[in-house]
Amino acid sequence: MNLDLRLPIGLMFSIFGVLLTVFGLLSNPAIYQRSLGINVNLWWGLALIVFGVIMLLFAMRARGAERADS
Amino acid sequence: MCCTVPHINLGSIDYAILGVYFAFVLGIGWVVRRYVKGSEDFFLAGRSMPAWIAGLAFLSANLGAQEVIGMAASGAKYGMMTSHFYWLGAIPAMVFVGIFMMPFYYGSRARSVPEYLKLRFDEKTRGFNAITFAGMTVLSSGISMYALAKLLELVLGWNFHMSVVLSALIVLAYIFLGGLTSAIYNEVLQFFLIVLGFLPLVLLGLKDVGGWNGLVAKLGPVATSAGYPEGAWSSSWRHLDSAAANPMGVEWFGLAMGLGFVLSFGYWCTDFLVVQRAMAAESMTAARRTPLLAAIPKMLFPALVILPGMIAIALHSTTAGGFLPAGPDGTPNYNLAVPVMLAHYLPSGLLGLGLTALMASFMSGMAGNVTAFNTVWTYDIYQSYIRPGQTDRHYLKMGHAATVFGILASVAAAYAATRFNNIMDMLQLIFAFVNAPLFATFLLGMFWRRTTGHGAFFGLLTGTAAAAVHHGLVLSQGAVPGLKGGFLGTVLHTYPSEMAQNFWTAIVAWSTCFGATIVISLLTAGKKSDEDLKGLVYSLTPRQQDGGMPWYKRPATLGVVVLGLTAVLNIIFW
Repeated sequence: MNLDLRLPIGLMFSIFGVLLTVFGLLSNPAIYQRSLGINVNLWWGLALIVFGVIMLLFAMRARGAERADS
Repeated sequence: MCCTVPHINLGSIDYAILGVYFAFVLGIGWVVRRYVKGSEDFFLAGRSMPAWIAGLAFLSANLGAQEVIGMAASGAKYGMMTSHFYWLGAIPAMVFVGIFMMPFYYGSRARSVPEYLKLRFDEKTRGFNAITFAGMTVLSSGISMYALAKLLELVLGWNFHMSVVLSALIVLAYIFLGGLTSAIYNEVLQFFLIVLGFLPLVLLGLKDVGGWNGLVAKLGPVATSAGYPEGAWSSSWRHLDSAAANPMGVEWFGLAMGLGFVLSFGYWCTDFLVVQRAMAAESMTAARRTPLLAAIPKMLFPALVILPGMIAIALHSTTAGGFLPAGPDGTPNYNLAVPVMLAHYLPSGLLGLGLTALMASFMSGMAGNVTAFNTVWTYDIYQSYIRPGQTDRHYLKMGHAATVFGILASVAAAYAATRFNNIMDMLQLIFAFVNAPLFATFLLGMFWRRTTGHGAFFGLLTGTAAAAVHHGLVLSQGAVPGLKGGFLGTVLHTYPSEMAQNFWTAIVAWSTCFGATIVISLLTAGKKSDEDLKGLVYSLTPRQQDGGMPWYKRPATLGVVVLGLTAVLNIIFW
């Protein structure tokens, strides 16, 4: 099986992270009343970017190691 | 149930997240379609999955409607005792299947659970299991779809029929393209999405009620106003000395034996839906580690799926006018705990992520059922009874057709599944009839060489009949005779709750099957020689040698660690 699953996972969560972070920066602060006054989009967006990038880094390292082998 | 919840309007950001998710799910199906060359690729993912992927898929496939919606509903209805589904039931069963049963499942090279029964016993036992299992998967998948569509209608105002068709088509597309590989890969993606989509909801909810201590304080009045001791909603074991002291209406023996032993082991050890994921693992060691690795995140899931329900009921009791909308019978509609929480705490953006996570859970559950269905249909029913001896290509084609047919049948089941207030109770009932006796058959088949085919088959029939008879003679408090029991005319016993009734139905079914199988086996002659049973029965199978592995990779060590951690969780939340 040659599809490294970490690639789509990392990619998808990075996209989610960027979408949420940008939306968090641009959105009207009034909508955060329900989330106890916290800009959850911004913070969770950043957390998802970190998760996504770590996944991508792992996938890239594995790919690099494979190339070095062959 | 309708109209009491104001519809949430999704913003374009929410639709964007949902759209990205759909694109990835379909994209994975598209990419892996080229790995499908023969029927084993389609039905068993070519037996090539690493343990961690198979493990997360093992978990995800079970994470359908019954888990996310049903567990939160139970968390609201029964409180912390719901954790027994995990810490008393699922985890020990997962350790057992990994360490003791996987060597036979994987080692026999059976392609399905019914096929193992054919190798170990005979044709009729396989046929019985294959047919009941196929029916059950379609039903479960229908319930999943029904719950999803109902929810989207209620919360978003989406058209019920459109949601059913849309979710069915997406699942159909990715299974049709990539078979089990596609389903498993998507299940891993869905696993991460479910965790990362629901976590913010749990964190916000907990912060709002003042952390765990605040939640416990708020749950006190919930319990006392219902006539139970103060800690009834926030402790798992403390109020189990009598059935009257806790909302589940069950005492410790019924719980430990019914849920902890019979139902949980029956499900995790014999249900092809989960076992199929381990069978797809790349090696015997990977197959044995699959359920063990799955058990580690599984033990933390109560925080993700039960806690939102407990928070919802705490808010319900402290909010003027209630938090959960009332169901048709006037009690709170527990099944709405999760969507109401999502709407309450999450702003546009994270709301889209939360809803996408919900969608992912439904899809993983449904795909799990559909892949199990198409395999059992093709190998155990079609190839065995309808058209044996065809080319592999022919069966691969049948697998594609069975995927379409399975999804159509699920859609039909979705329209039929509208009866119960708590979906979990309904599934428990089905499992009690079918799975509970089955675990006795496997236990005897794997560990007692003398068990015969006749013993297994007629034992199973007797056990299933016993479940039906017991259910037909008892009722739970406040229920009317019919689907919920008492259909045989006289009601001999009334249980305090439907949950207790189901646990005891399972206990009766299991014990009857166990006893009947032993008696019939002793009276009949086995047709299989010791040579036939090699690799299928414990005493005739060489032990697994794990000496060469580092300790943290050995299944037995992993199992002990998992059980130890689970014991600690039980004690903390005693």
